[in-house]
Amino acid sequence: MFGPELITHNLLRDYIRELASQDQRIDGRSLHEFRPIEIKEGTFTKAEGEAWLKLGNTQVLVGVKADVGEPFSDTPNKGVLVSNAELLPLASPAFEPGPPNENSIEVARVVDRAIRSADAIDMSSLVITEGKLVYMIFLDMYVLDYDGNLEDALTMASLIALARAEISEVEVNDEGEMIIKESKWKLRLKDIPVNFTFVKIEDKLLLDPVLEEEQVSDAAITLAIDKEGRVCSIQKKHGMFTMEEIIKAANIARSKWPQITDKIMRVI
Amino acid sequence: MVMPLYIEKKPEVLITEEGIRTDGRKPRELRPIRMTVGVLDKADGSAFIEWGGNRILAAVFGPREVHPKHMILPDKALVRARYNMAPFSTPERKRPGPDRRSVELSKVIREALKPAIFAENYPGSVIDIFVEVLRSDAGTRVAGVNAASMALANAGISMRGLVAACAVGRVENFVICDLNHDEDMWGNADMPMAMLMESEEVTLLQIDGPMTESQFKEALELGRDSIRFLYEMQKEALKRPYQVIERSVKGDL
Repeated sequence: MFGPELITHNLLRDYIRELASQDQRIDGRSLHEFRPIEIKEGTFTKAEGEAWLKLGNTQVLVGVKADVGEPFSDTPNKGVLVSNAELLPLASPAFEPGPPNENSIEVARVVDRAIRSADAIDMSSLVITEGKLVYMIFLDMYVLDYDGNLEDALTMASLIALARAEISEVEVNDEGEMIIKESKWKLRLKDIPVNFTFVKIEDKLLLDPVLEEEQVSDAAITLAIDKEGRVCSIQKKHGMFTMEEIIKAANIARSKWPQITDKIMRVI
Repeated sequence: MVMPLYIEKKPEVLITEEGIRTDGRKPRELRPIRMTVGVLDKADGSAFIEWGGNRILAAVFGPREVHPKHMILPDKALVRARYNMAPFSTPERKRPGPDRRSVELSKVIREALKPAIFAENYPGSVIDIFVEVLRSDAGTRVAGVNAASMALANAGISMRGLVAACAVGRVENFVICDLNHDEDMWGNADMPMAMLMESEEVTLLQIDGPMTESQFKEALELGRDSIRFLYEMQKEALKRPYQVIERSVKGDL
């Protein structure tokens, strides 16, 4: 749902709705099926951890960088996680250069919330000297090609990039000087909170919508499921859902969690 | 206060008396380069270049409607270019958004490519060029020009020819091509250069550091020779998708 340039032709809208009413989709998938997920091999950034992920024609690149700095005064015994998403103008004719807008801020926060609410990163393990020096983790999400469902693609890529991150060890000597060591430590994930995005078309729930499905949808919702099968974050976007639909979406998401987690585990 | 987890180390010797560089190359040797076109689905044209440790993505949109409207040129296409570095493209995280350097590079990249475009063929429209540096390792602007030029061709924009680019420079008394990170940081002169190879005209030229008259002449000639090599690579990369189609039509795949 980005920008006036992407107004889908009425014919396509009618076609997608007609298909949905018959439990079908424009790309031949079933209603609750993900597009193929591919993780590109190679080094594409200077980050401590990275993942270039393709979800169908949607492509995202996530880089995790680490610095050190002072903790927030209200959490002296916790590290810092900063999440940022860039909807690059090269990813879609509807994206424009400029500072983050409400869409890029929302998607970054939806990914961030899933990771935080599931306690996926042990924030206390990021402390070097309590109250003084902590690791600051920057999660930078780059959207390269936008064909729908950034939330799920960015969450998967973020989890992979975080789990792959190898960060230089830091020591503080007796004089209080910081020493960056040659050795590295791995940022381990305690949980794998996966996001699942559904759109509603003709009262059907469609998992992992492509761009055109997002555009013609009546409503959209993103849910994160943790390893216990609990819903740990939700973002309802445009439109309305009944309570039954939300519970159904959570159940579908729960049933899909092992399949996605398996994909992630294989590359970290 | 945020401190990076990164320490810059200066090599003791930038170039040996025999002319061997910090990465083992000879003065006139390029780093490994790979070019791919048509890597993005939503852009009208795109290209990806891997050059040494550089990873750069370029995309072209257009000709399309101009926004804001007051920028419309009635007799030709408006050409815009944006050079941007990803926060994770540098050893120390770069704050997102344009800085003075990227604004200047956007301008010189636009001015490197614009002379090649038949803008008069697309009056009242805009051609947008986006260069995204995903990983930087010296020479991002010239790598970006190569990628952007291929993305323009991949988008089917009519052009006088391809623009290819390469950096040359000087380390001590050696004129070298394709500066690496160390040479970029501590070398004596850096000269990024782009040419429209069809007519062998220079479309980008900057110099940072002193060169004598003979070194400058040598650098220009080395630049042209390197650019000619890159130009051949660009043509190969642009043809490759069609060769794949050709082979599949003939049943070789």
